[in-house]
Amino acid sequence: MSSYRIGIDVGGTNTDAVILNEAMEVISATKIITQDNVSEAILLALKGVVQQANIPTQRITHAMLGTTHCTNAIVERKHLNKVGIIRIGAPASMAVKPLIGFPEDLQSRLGNEVYLVRGGHEYDGREIVPLDKQAIYDAAGKMKGKVDSVAITSIFSPVTQDHEEIAQAIVKEVLGDDIPVSLSFEIGSVGLIERENATILNASVVNVAKAMANGFITALNEEGIDCQVYFGQNDGTLMSVEYAMKYPIYTIACGPTNSLRGASYLSDVENGIVVDVGGTTTDVGVLVDTFPRESALAVEIGKVRTNFRMPDLVSIGLGGGTIIRIKEDNTFTIGPDSVGYRLKEKAMVFGGDTLTATDIAVFLGKANIGDYNNVAHLDVLLLEKIYQQMIAMVENAIDQMKTSGESEPVILVGGGSVLFPWQLKGAAHVYKPENFGVANAIGSAISQVSGQVERIYSLDQFGRLEAMEEAKRLAIEEAIAAGANPDTCKIVEIEDVPLAYLPGNATRISVKAAGELLK
Amino acid sequence: MRYLDENAIKNIAVGAAVLGTGGGGDPYIGELMALQAIKEHGPVKMLEVDEVPDDALVVPIGMMGAPTVLFEKAPGENEAKNAFQLMEEHLGRKIFATMPIEIGGVNSLLPVAISARLGLPIINVDGMGRAFPELQMVTFYLDGISNSPLVIADERGNTSILQTIDNHWSERIARNITIQMGGSSTVAQYSMSGKQVKNSGVAKSLTFAEGIGKIIRKSKQNPIQEVLSFTSGYSLFEGKVIDIDRKTSTGFARGIATIEGINEDKGKTLSLHFQNEFLLAVENGKPVCITPDLICLLDSETGQPITTEGLRYGVRCTVIGIACNEKWRTEKGIETVGPRYFGYDLEYIPIEIITSEEVI
Repeated sequence: MSSYRIGIDVGGTNTDAVILNEAMEVISATKIITQDNVSEAILLALKGVVQQANIPTQRITHAMLGTTHCTNAIVERKHLNKVGIIRIGAPASMAVKPLIGFPEDLQSRLGNEVYLVRGGHEYDGREIVPLDKQAIYDAAGKMKGKVDSVAITSIFSPVTQDHEEIAQAIVKEVLGDDIPVSLSFEIGSVGLIERENATILNASVVNVAKAMANGFITALNEEGIDCQVYFGQNDGTLMSVEYAMKYPIYTIACGPTNSLRGASYLSDVENGIVVDVGGTTTDVGVLVDTFPRESALAVEIGKVRTNFRMPDLVSIGLGGGTIIRIKEDNTFTIGPDSVGYRLKEKAMVFGGDTLTATDIAVFLGKANIGDYNNVAHLDVLLLEKIYQQMIAMVENAIDQMKTSGESEPVILVGGGSVLFPWQLKGAAHVYKPENFGVANAIGSAISQVSGQVERIYSLDQFGRLEAMEEAKRLAIEEAIAAGANPDTCKIVEIEDVPLAYLPGNATRISVKAAGELLK
Repeated sequence: MRYLDENAIKNIAVGAAVLGTGGGGDPYIGELMALQAIKEHGPVKMLEVDEVPDDALVVPIGMMGAPTVLFEKAPGENEAKNAFQLMEEHLGRKIFATMPIEIGGVNSLLPVAISARLGLPIINVDGMGRAFPELQMVTFYLDGISNSPLVIADERGNTSILQTIDNHWSERIARNITIQMGGSSTVAQYSMSGKQVKNSGVAKSLTFAEGIGKIIRKSKQNPIQEVLSFTSGYSLFEGKVIDIDRKTSTGFARGIATIEGINEDKGKTLSLHFQNEFLLAVENGKPVCITPDLICLLDSETGQPITTEGLRYGVRCTVIGIACNEKWRTEKGIETVGPRYFGYDLEYIPIEIITSEEVI
């Protein structure tokens, strides 16, 4: 008896869905235009892919969804929770109160239940001052009936989480178990404001995540599917429903990550460069041991600065629907605007009146879609020139992402990847895997589960090796807690950064472990 | 005289990160402190040096310690108030105005926040024109001004006053107190007369930072050319980071970043030596910019500054050089912050001379 899994990935232009069999082979795939209603697109994609597969639905054992619900809620300021905000750290940190860097429209959405109480820790684990438990009882009492969720942040909680955990117990004692509590040490890393911001945002989308999860499970049930449900997060790994309810913020930006992971899986390449060509843009990312390389920059979500980790991407304004304009003197421009999801009405090969990147490729025989006769009259020399420039744009983006002059494997995925040739400058080999158009949904379906820790260690006290070993052990424990099979867990990322101006060789160590889903 | 508002503060923050030459800490926390302080207390009054009476008492203020600690354990509301109170009691005089000790990094905007909170004017001047890692690395020191009495304060209300035999001892003792205070502290030091500020400070540094920040913030695309013309700077190299070799020693983030050239610099390699700040840039074995001249690393696309802690594999960047204040180019200046002080065995050559040699 074979079993199946469904992977769905929501993108700005399209929502893709696939069904894989036990051997992880694609048995059906579908593409739906996302437009404005994400939930509707997911439903249609699900219906489409199930119908096409024609398999007994009770054999579907897993469903993975990578979605933009939480991102959209924060960016559009819709359906956000009223958040009770508790910061533990006074008298320190009073000069920078919570929400100070938030845009005003978001501040007013989140409400004004903000409390700063005495407590928190030093970098070496000492208390700044003892935790003022009474102040937390008082804060929780005042919030009662006014908040949907609570965000708690304590200074240096990535080193010592005691004060956050004690505060959580008090809040639950006063407000009951129905009000979800987000603790900062579980959300972000060292950097109080950014971690607190991420924690507040996380608390603000708990209800959105709940509605999204319930909607997905209902949709599955309506198709007669009763299976384990997982959500994609932006490091290319999965969360269980319970985890996603606690950490919905991790779903943000899982889409590009899914494409990278899917590309790695389809091509069997572990280290290389992925070029994901969509309708409007092309994203170029880097695979390091099958996972995306992460960006070094601070990340803004809905104009709020956080210390989230995001995949390192270069995005250029060139996709299948990119508009090409030819002037009277035969000079031309490529994009950056695009006909987007309306390719099939606007592009010349589909009978439209707009010259797009797709038309160029069809004319030159690089791709075989639509009707060649609609473009047959165009000037071959000029179009060849335009095409060369399109290739140069992608080659330049590839080069920007490389870390040395050496050639690397390049994997082309995404619906628009047919545009590009089998040879690219700087590519040791160009892969155009089968099912390239739905690499993102496949990436969602094959995801693993992970655990991550970030702590500050005094190497004089611990010794480097011992500190590393402890961090690795904690990361694997986290992965197992998230649903990973202990036998398949391995460390996928280690980073240590020494901290300036501190004694005892203080070093920040961050470790990520990942493993296959426990069946 | 003018007032610094929200927009000015945001511009200074970005410019200060550029002038931080990779160190000095991300000014973001200082920016938030300043924004909160003016929200609660109104805009900050900024004076030019020639508007300060010769006999007025000016006390610079700043943070000491690890930027990472500061970003996690942000300052409280009373450290500066307590420090200034102790300073005034000790000197028996009222403080007329405050100023930044360094314009690079987090210490540029902290005094602006304190200025708003305490209702003291801030002066458009600093003691470096950039960022440096040690307390004696200020232009006041070159003119023999002592940093004692030095007051150090924490958020709990602890304060301490140091009277030392020289500025190196202040550095040593204050750093140890800072560690006990949790790795970061507020320090008031280098009390000066208005006249001393005029003679020994680097004037107009707040507005210099503001000008750089304004260019980068308003531009949608590559602002680097405009930054170069505003600062009379030199474009040194464009590339991507391909290797970072970090070594920790004596509490400093020390190391070498290797940048591989792209576009016009294709085929070339630049080594960027850092000890919190970028101190030496070497292209294919030949120095192209040497401390105390400023070496700034900017994101090639956005022009946003990149710090040594933010350095990572694959970062695409442009290296620019800016001539330091002439006070640093004296014999004592080079002795204090020149290449040999930081352990690089080479002569200081001003950037305008190195770059002109290159053309020949």
